[in-house]
Amino acid sequence: MGDVSVTIRQDIGKPRHVSVDMTTSLGPLVVNDPVFTASGCAAAGQELAAFNDLTAIGGVVTKSIQLRPRAGRATPRMAETPSGMLNSIGLQGPGIDVFIKRDLAWLEEHEVTAVVSIAGSSVDDYAKLAGKLRGKPLGMIEVNISCPNVEDRGQVFACDRNAAAAVVSAVRRAAPSGVPVFAKLSPDVTNIVDIAKACVDAGATGLSLINTTLGMVIDTTTMRPILAGVTGGLSGPAIRPMALRCVWQVHEALPEVPIFGIGGIRTGLDAFQFILAGASAVQVGTVIFNDPGAPSRISRELREVLASRGLNSLEQAIGMGHREPETIIPEDPEPPGAEDLDIELGVDADEPAPVETVYIAPDVDEVFDIAAEDA
Amino acid sequence: MPVQVKGEVLSVKPIGDYYSMTVVASGIAEITRPGQFIAVAVGGDDGGMLLRRAFSIYSVRETGVYGGTVEFIFSVTGRGTAWLSRQRPYDPIDVVGPLGRPFALPREPANCVLVGGGYGSAPLFLLADALRTRGCRVDAVLGASTGDRLFGALDAKRMAASVAFTTDDGSYGEKGRVTDVLPEVIDRVHADVVYACGPMAMLEGVQRVAGAAYGGAGIPAQLAVEESMACGVGVCMTCVLPVIGSDDNTRMVRSCVDGPVFAGDRIRWDALGSIPDDAIGSGVEVQKK
Ligand SMILES: Cc1cc2nc3c(=O)[nH]c(=O)nc-3n(C[C@H](O)[C@H](O)[C@H](O)COP(=O)(O)O)c2cc1C
Ligand code: FES
Repeated sequence: MGDVSVTIRQDIGKPRHVSVDMTTSLGPLVVNDPVFTASGCAAAGQELAAFNDLTAIGGVVTKSIQLRPRAGRATPRMAETPSGMLNSIGLQGPGIDVFIKRDLAWLEEHEVTAVVSIAGSSVDDYAKLAGKLRGKPLGMIEVNISCPNVEDRGQVFACDRNAAAAVVSAVRRAAPSGVPVFAKLSPDVTNIVDIAKACVDAGATGLSLINTTLGMVIDTTTMRPILAGVTGGLSGPAIRPMALRCVWQVHEALPEVPIFGIGGIRTGLDAFQFILAGASAVQVGTVIFNDPGAPSRISRELREVLASRGLNSLEQAIGMGHREPETIIPEDPEPPGAEDLDIELGVDADEPAPVETVYIAPDVDEVFDIAAEDA
Repeated sequence: MPVQVKGEVLSVKPIGDYYSMTVVASGIAEITRPGQFIAVAVGGDDGGMLLRRAFSIYSVRETGVYGGTVEFIFSVTGRGTAWLSRQRPYDPIDVVGPLGRPFALPREPANCVLVGGGYGSAPLFLLADALRTRGCRVDAVLGASTGDRLFGALDAKRMAASVAFTTDDGSYGEKGRVTDVLPEVIDRVHADVVYACGPMAMLEGVQRVAGAAYGGAGIPAQLAVEESMACGVGVCMTCVLPVIGSDDNTRMVRSCVDGPVFAGDRIRWDALGSIPDDAIGSGVEVQKK
C-alpha cells in the first residue's frame, strides 16, 4: 500500500504548469511575480543570473547604495547563528554614480526590474540620491532607513518617527515622479505601526518589512565578540516569526498600503505565510546564500502552493489570514490514507499543510487548468 | 559559469586528520580549473545551518560510471564539517561550482614551486597536472603542524621533481615552517614562480620569501587565500580583503569571485582584517591619481 500512496503523493507534489495569476501591484509598479531578492543579498543581480531567470521573478532589490564609494567594515563581517546569521558589512559599495553607470545599466539591458535601495547619513544624502535616479531605468526606490543619522548623534532614522518621516518626504519630493517609494523599516522599535504610519503620511507608497534585528555572538575561545563590528544584523529563518508579526500588525492598521514581506523566507510556504499576513510581494535574502537558485525556486513553490489551495490568483490571497476562512476550507474530508502518507515521507507535523497533503478539489482541471497549459 | 547541482555522495573517507569526500555532481568537473572551489550546503534542506562551506577542489573526474565527480578535502572544525563527515554514499548533497578565479599558468614552460600548508595543499595537485602538461618543472614544499596534518605526501612525491616536508613538531620531514626551506628550494631549482595555498599567515610568509628571492629581484607568487565566506558566489560581501588594483588603489575585494587566487604582491598584508585608511571608500582615503 505504501508504494501506491507514494506514487500518488509524488504526482500531486510534482512541479506542473499550474495556471495561477501571480501578478501583483506595488503602488503603480505592477509585476508578473511577487518574489524579489532582498537588498544586500543579491549584489546588483549579475552573479545570480547563473542560477535564476531574473526576468521571470519580480525583480532585484539592489544592495543599499550611498552617494560616495564605501569600503565597509573590517572583517570578520559574518557569523552563522542557529537558523540564521549575523552580518556587519557596513554598506560596502561603489557609490551611486558607478552604480547607475554599471549596475543599473546591466539590469536594464537584461530586462530585470530594478528596485534601487538607497542609504544615507543625513536627510540631504537621501534627497540627493533620489534626485540622481531621475530619468533612470528603475521600478522602485526602497529607502533603507536603518542607518545612523550623523546629524542626530548617530540615532538610527528607522527608530524615530520624525526622522523616518523626514527622510521619506525628502526622497518623495526628489524622486522621479511616478516611481513608487517604499520605506524599509527596522523591527528594533517599540511600535512598528507608529513608524509605518509616519512613513506613509510622509508620502511612502509602501513599506518593506523588515530589515535585520541587532544581535551578537561571542567567541568562547578568544572570549571576544566574533564580529569586528561587535554587533550585527540578524537575518534568516530565525527572524521569520518576528517579521511575520510586523507584516501582520502593519497590514491590520494600514490595509490599503502595499507591503513587501521580508525575513527568513526559505520556501514557497514561508512566502505564502507573508502573503496571508498581508504582504503584496516578498523579498528573499539570507536563503540565497544557502541556495543561490532560491528566488526562482520559491516563486515556483509559491505558485504551486496557491494552486493546490484552489487559489487562481496571488492577489486574492493577500491578507487572507486576517479574514474568516469559510471560503478556503474544503468541504470533503482529507482523502483516506493521507495520514499514513505523512509519516512515510517524514513531513514535519508542525509545518503548515505542505502542498502534497492538501485536499485536491474534485474538479482538478479547474484548479490546475491543465488543458489550457498543455495547449 | 558556475552551476548548482543536486548531487550525491560517492564516498567519504578519513585521510590522516582529514576527510576526503567525493561527490557525483555532473557539470562541475568538466569546467573546473586548478585553484577553483566548490560551496557545499550542509545540514539538509530543513537544517539550521544556512551558510555553505567552501572547499578547494582536489580532484575531478569528468566521466565515470556515475557521471562527473568532484573530490575535496576537509577538516572537522565545527558542526557543518562534522555533518559532512557523517554523510554516506548515496546521500544527497547540494554543490555549487566551480567558483572563483583559478591559478594563472605560465605561458612558457617554467620552474614552479608549489607550497601547501595543512590540507591547503589540496588544490595544488590539479595545478601540478596542468603545469606539467605545459612542460613546466614542478617542485613542492608541504608543511603542517604535525605529520598527521600533512596532506598529499604520496601524491606530491609522485608528481614533483622534489618534495620538501616540514612540520612544526618535527614528526615528519624537517622541523620548522615551509618558509624555512623555501628560499633554498627556490635557489636550487631556479624557480620562476611560486604557487601556494594554506593559512593566511603562511601565505604572508611565502610572499615575503618570493618577494626577496634572487637577492631581492623577487619572483611572482600566486596565492589562494582562505577567507570566511557566506555565499561563495559574490553577493554577500563578507569575504573581502584589501587588494591593490592595477591603478595602484587599494580596494576591499571579494575573495570568492575576485580570488581566491591573488598575485601575492597585490595583497595588503599590513592591513588584513581591517580597512586601510587609503582604501577607496574608507572615509579618510587620499586617492592616488
Ligand atoms: C549580508 C547581508 C547584507 C544586507 N544588506 C542590506 C542592505 O544593504 N540594505 C538593506 O536594506 N538590507 C540589507 N540586509 C537585510 C536584508 O535585505 C533583509 O531585510 C534581512 O536580511 C531579512 O531577510 P532574510 O532573512 O531573508 O535575509 C542585508 C542582509 C544580509 C544578510
Ligand atoms: S562569500 Fe559572499 S561575496 Fe564572497
